[in-house]
Amino acid sequence: MKKIINDPSHLLEEMLAGIDYAHGDKLERIKDTNVIVRKNKRQGKVSLVSGGGSGHEPSHAGFVGEGMLDAAVCGEVFTSPTPDQILAAIKAVDSGSGVLLIVKNYTGDVMNFEMALELAEMEGIEVDQVIVDDDIAVEDSTYTAGRRGVAGTVIVHKILGAAAEQGLSLLELKELGDKLVEQIKTIGVAIHAATVPEVGKPGFELADDELEYGVGIHSEPGYRRESIKSSREIAEELISKLKQEFNWQSNERFGVFVNGLGATPLMEQYVFLNDVKQLIEAENLQIEFKKVGSLMTSIDMAGLSLTFVKLTEQEWLDYYHAPVQVTSWGG
Amino acid sequence: MLTTENTVQWLTKFGEIISMNKAYLNELDSRIGDGDHGSNMVRGVEAMLAQFEAMEFNHAKDVFKVTAMALLSKIGGASGPLYGSAFMEMAKVAETNDLVTILTAGLNGIKKRGKAEVNEKTMIDVWEPVCQALAENNLTKSIIDQAVQATKPLKATKGRASYLGERSIGEIDPGAMSSAYLFEALLAGELIDG
Repeated sequence: MKKIINDPSHLLEEMLAGIDYAHGDKLERIKDTNVIVRKNKRQGKVSLVSGGGSGHEPSHAGFVGEGMLDAAVCGEVFTSPTPDQILAAIKAVDSGSGVLLIVKNYTGDVMNFEMALELAEMEGIEVDQVIVDDDIAVEDSTYTAGRRGVAGTVIVHKILGAAAEQGLSLLELKELGDKLVEQIKTIGVAIHAATVPEVGKPGFELADDELEYGVGIHSEPGYRRESIKSSREIAEELISKLKQEFNWQSNERFGVFVNGLGATPLMEQYVFLNDVKQLIEAENLQIEFKKVGSLMTSIDMAGLSLTFVKLTEQEWLDYYHAPVQVTSWGG
Repeated sequence: MLTTENTVQWLTKFGEIISMNKAYLNELDSRIGDGDHGSNMVRGVEAMLAQFEAMEFNHAKDVFKVTAMALLSKIGGASGPLYGSAFMEMAKVAETNDLVTILTAGLNGIKKRGKAEVNEKTMIDVWEPVCQALAENNLTKSIIDQAVQATKPLKATKGRASYLGERSIGEIDPGAMSSAYLFEALLAGELIDG
């Protein structure tokens, strides 16, 4: 293992200190916690809290700010944050209108966020949650009952964040979130697994000429391993899976998000998007937004994921395009 | 009869037994999990014991609440929320001072949080028979031991060991073992009316 770190057991602490130093004008770390909150929060709106294990940067702290999240709770690498941390985030951001938790569907995250939700309710705070389970690769997985929550979570942050900013109530946001999650599907491919610093070796071994379809963001097994393919062929495979899932018709409206998993250069992500473009043109879909970048990573995993969002409501697109002030959403 | 004082004694004893068996719990967990159940539990009970030292309690309810927060914030993983939920639910009914009611509430808290039932090779496989035996007023060390041993032939379908499927057969569930220590500590105290 070769990494630019110090003692792996201090990694989370040192990363948070770095984030705090870099973005102290916009973000604030709640003292004695691993919670990053937005500075200058508008009073009266419903607050959004997300989080999970670290190693997925810029998720989720990079999406804290006006128009997206109010707080991100950062766990140890690939480990859910504990309920007391999540509770601290909820208490810090609630301004009386309630708090919505956005949780990736992993057993540990779901349990810890649920527990925090109940603790907050006991303290009289109104809280609800949206569970994101966009990964269509496999039904149950290591660490998961049901489908995994992956890159689509960032789209949920954006759309719900804008909706919250515009004054939707907690109940309205919860309904919007649940409806939206049903229309977000993601599928990934890896050509090299992630190395958790405290473990010191990759989560699984792929030969130099191998790839694996459907790998999760913690190196969970996918659905097929085969010899390496061209970007075009990978796009064909991933789009065929998405097509099967959406069963789409000509002229339906979609948003497309190509997400790098950590070690795949932006260059390759653009090459891949170009292949996606040609395939979706052949399907006659109407593409309303495209997003490219490494927004939901898996430490140093090489590979990418492809997310499609079926835009069944015009407001979703408006929320998607609404202004945002966070460090990592990009243009 | 449950009192503030004997509740603290019970849980202090639990903490001691966990600390003594840290290596054994890690070993059990390394066979079917990620090998840190003992270390995680020790972190939790140490935080709990530190709170006991620092605080004065008016009622067992507060003892359970403090225990819940200490365990869920320090154990981590899935065991943290599971033990945390158990003690949180116990706190909610602690005013009954009735041990069967309280432990049954804890059991239901675990079931709800883990979405698991008996025979899935989890801590529930100890909690359930213990609650039953308590209700019948005949909880003994051998009933606890039997419950732990009975997790051996089970195939895990919930919890981390479930990823091993068939390979989980033949091993004791680490969560069942740490739960057994909770009830061994209970027997050592004076909470159970003879």
